[in-house]
Amino acid sequence: MSRELLDRSCRDLRDQIAGGEVSSVEATKAVFGAIGKYEEEIGAYISTFEKEALKRAGEIDKKVAAGEELGALGGVPVAVKDNMCTTFGATTCASKILENFHSPYNATAVEKLLDAGAVIVGKTNLDEFAMGSSTENSGLKQTANPWDRSCVPGGSSGGSAAAVAAGMCFAALGSDTGGSIRQPASFCGVVGLKPTYGRVSRFGLVAYGSSLDQIGPLTRTVGDCALMMNVIACHDSADSTSFDEEQAPVYDYLEKLDEAVGGLRIGVVPEFVAGADGDVRRAIADAIEVYKGLGAEVVDVEMPYLDYAIASYYVVATAEASSNLARYDGVHYGHRTAEPSDYIEVYSKSRAEGFGKEVKRRIMLGTYALSSGYYDAYYLKALKVRNLIRGDFAKTFERCDCVMMPVSPTTAFKIGEKVGDPLKMYLSDIYTIAANLSGIPGISVPCGFDEQGLPIGLQILSPAFSEDRLLRIARMFELATDYHKKRPALVD
Amino acid sequence: MQYKVLVGLEIHVHLCTKTKMFCGCELSFGEEANSRVCPVCLGMPGVLPVMNKQAFEYAVLVALALNCEVAKFTKWDRKSYYYPDLPKNYQISQYDLPLSSNGFIEIPLESGETKRIGIIRVHLEEDAGKNLHTAGNFSQFDLNRAGTPLLEIVTEPDMNSGAEVRALAVELQRIVRYLGVSEADMQKGHMRFEPNINLVVSKDGGEYRTPIVEVKNLNSFRALERSVDYEALRQLDEFVETGKVMEMGSKTTRGWDDGREVTALQREKEEAHDYRYFPEPDLVPVELTEKWLEDIRSGLCELPVKKQMRYVKEYGLSDYDAGVLTAERGTAEFFDKVVSAGGEPKRVCNLVTQVGLRLGNEKGCSVGDLGITAESLAGLARMVEKGEVSATASTSIFEEMVKTGTEPRTIAEELSLVQKSDAGELEAIVEQVLSENAKAVEDVTAGGKRSKKARGFLLGQVMQKTKGQANPKVVSEILDKKLG
Repeated sequence: MSRELLDRSCRDLRDQIAGGEVSSVEATKAVFGAIGKYEEEIGAYISTFEKEALKRAGEIDKKVAAGEELGALGGVPVAVKDNMCTTFGATTCASKILENFHSPYNATAVEKLLDAGAVIVGKTNLDEFAMGSSTENSGLKQTANPWDRSCVPGGSSGGSAAAVAAGMCFAALGSDTGGSIRQPASFCGVVGLKPTYGRVSRFGLVAYGSSLDQIGPLTRTVGDCALMMNVIACHDSADSTSFDEEQAPVYDYLEKLDEAVGGLRIGVVPEFVAGADGDVRRAIADAIEVYKGLGAEVVDVEMPYLDYAIASYYVVATAEASSNLARYDGVHYGHRTAEPSDYIEVYSKSRAEGFGKEVKRRIMLGTYALSSGYYDAYYLKALKVRNLIRGDFAKTFERCDCVMMPVSPTTAFKIGEKVGDPLKMYLSDIYTIAANLSGIPGISVPCGFDEQGLPIGLQILSPAFSEDRLLRIARMFELATDYHKKRPALVD
Repeated sequence: MQYKVLVGLEIHVHLCTKTKMFCGCELSFGEEANSRVCPVCLGMPGVLPVMNKQAFEYAVLVALALNCEVAKFTKWDRKSYYYPDLPKNYQISQYDLPLSSNGFIEIPLESGETKRIGIIRVHLEEDAGKNLHTAGNFSQFDLNRAGTPLLEIVTEPDMNSGAEVRALAVELQRIVRYLGVSEADMQKGHMRFEPNINLVVSKDGGEYRTPIVEVKNLNSFRALERSVDYEALRQLDEFVETGKVMEMGSKTTRGWDDGREVTALQREKEEAHDYRYFPEPDLVPVELTEKWLEDIRSGLCELPVKKQMRYVKEYGLSDYDAGVLTAERGTAEFFDKVVSAGGEPKRVCNLVTQVGLRLGNEKGCSVGDLGITAESLAGLARMVEKGEVSATASTSIFEEMVKTGTEPRTIAEELSLVQKSDAGELEAIVEQVLSENAKAVEDVTAGGKRSKKARGFLLGQVMQKTKGQANPKVVSEILDKKLG
């Protein structure tokens, strides 16, 4: 019973709770049953709120009993990446420096979930401050891939992806600065959407690279992804970079979801597909064939500047990070060193003790890139490259509705495999980074498995604010295939 | 050996918006420490700034008043440095695309002329908090001020004396008060001035520039002026003694000691500050449309120095009186209204500066808010001008107008303050007085030392007979005529 219950989509579950077929308390208990069983091995959560979640689920059930209207996520147990501020529990960013930080405010996206009636069961693990591609940079715990516990779940939203894949929640929020939603979604065999920059409020999302960060959903189906977007997409006056709904309307992403996009033209950069590992390459080629079979036309496109995406990204993101993380100094909140001899030591020791290796590396990279005498050569140059990449996409979207490519050149790698080689780790973001640099939305949908049975994700990118079409394109694939139905052995 | 002082100013002005620059906290005026703060101005994780539109408009208004070119496109930058009163450890400021640049300000000189001082740029930023160095092995911080909208104005080194620097400071204070964008109270730290001073010394056919000194801790106009004059002489002495000249990175910072009236070294060499400026990604650039700019421009008014010059030139007022009238915008605007309602400017000036300001002071309001209309006061000024009431009487009438709101003529009549100026009527009275005081008439016509006194006696008799209502000027004229 509970297995089947945990397998349901958010859409079904919400309707069944509203219809009284199943209670939110039952669903929440089932989730905590799964957490009790698998969490020790998977390590998806930094904190869980069983008591509070059950209480809230009970309140939702009372609403149903009283015949009250339920929100779009009424009673559905979901998880939130632990870099989004919540007034309940701590908001740690998986960092020792914020291990005991309790926020007095909710992130707007969290507020939206609560408004829609969601039951937040816990906050998920991540690479410290969302800096990483494997969740191995978490300063607090290790997360394993539910499909193979010796492998990483991807990152930085590894906890969210693993929790969704393992049935330890029905959907989760992640954040994506260079692929941090799409890549773990791909590694864990779930759907992950990075919306257009400015579509979902960043208020309360602890900043890593402010001009790149975007909150988005991780779900088991495209439909649930659309449902989550219906809840979190909005204009927020507290976020100056969030888009006006008049400039860019927010759609009902579910309304036409099942309508296939007619005359679909798919852009493919042949080298990108060729550059991936064998199994990934084959899966992507097969996926494109599926679309051809659905009547889509495939157009070979060139995007020469995408070769410079990683270089540009690691300058822009680290520069912004070096500034964003300056506030964690032990003065006002967060970790403070025990016995500083002067105020300089409050800074230097608190930060030395509180930040992990990768965070320090990126702060130093970013500080260097912004330093006088180097600014033009690094930061300014990176911004120029960024514009050229935007131009690549703009040109491509004149000819096609979307671009398809792998999410990652490989499937989930072994825990520890790339830890000693940061550059190799950075290269695993090669296909995802361009979407962040150009602000466009991108989705990862399950499109197959490698020889070891590890999931592979197909990445689809579309023009800014076209999430409605992007989700429909993804849905076409989901309707035509069964990859999304397969569950990790853990759960089977 | 000759030398010239060069002074440029960096000025910070608090804008009196309702809320802070990037959050909804109200501005603070001496509230309990850390009571006017929120997650945004405390720089907590995940919060985002939202620009205060009013602050931006105030800043543009000042830029327009300072004749600057206002940018159609301006952006925000982060200026990074670690200090505990700066919660984010970066300040949101403007770097390479400030909201305005290339302006000038006219400052009044003692000669009555004005001098044009170049404005390099005017930009907007957020203020930091305050540190409170209390006793003990720790410091405390009050972040109430953190995030207050702060206007930074940088001038060209066009000033050549302490007096000129002071004149600019006073003028700028008048301007921002006129525009209603700042209370500009130096004691409260609403305005902070940091002069950069050096000398150009001509000696043996060569020209030498002394190292630039920036002076801090200036809490009054007086201190500002004295520090510049002191620093000029100190630099001259130093040059004579050491011959040190300006070189890259040789700028030092000195603090003004108000008690001893000297500057003291604070920082030897300007540390090689690297603020690592980069565009603030949490804010969008501001695009100033033509319409928006025009809306802001409509908040401009005639600037004090222009008004002052106009009063002197067009109305023949003394520079002192013009200065008094233009010190506050409310006073000047009321004066303008009374004049355009037909009041003779000099008379109006006397009424406003000698009576109105005192009454306003007593009531704690501006002259314009005394409850009298410009038309009524213009009426009173006309009565004085025509000799219908004396200057002395006009004071009582003004006071009565404020008290009762009655028209001046009614008051003058009720209080019997209207002067008799009818020459025919007065002539009859004069004749009578002359016939009754033959001795005095004799003394006057005889001339000599008793003449003047006797004439005064006769005038007094006329005034007595008319119960003081005779216009002394007219009576005097009649006396002159009769007695030759």
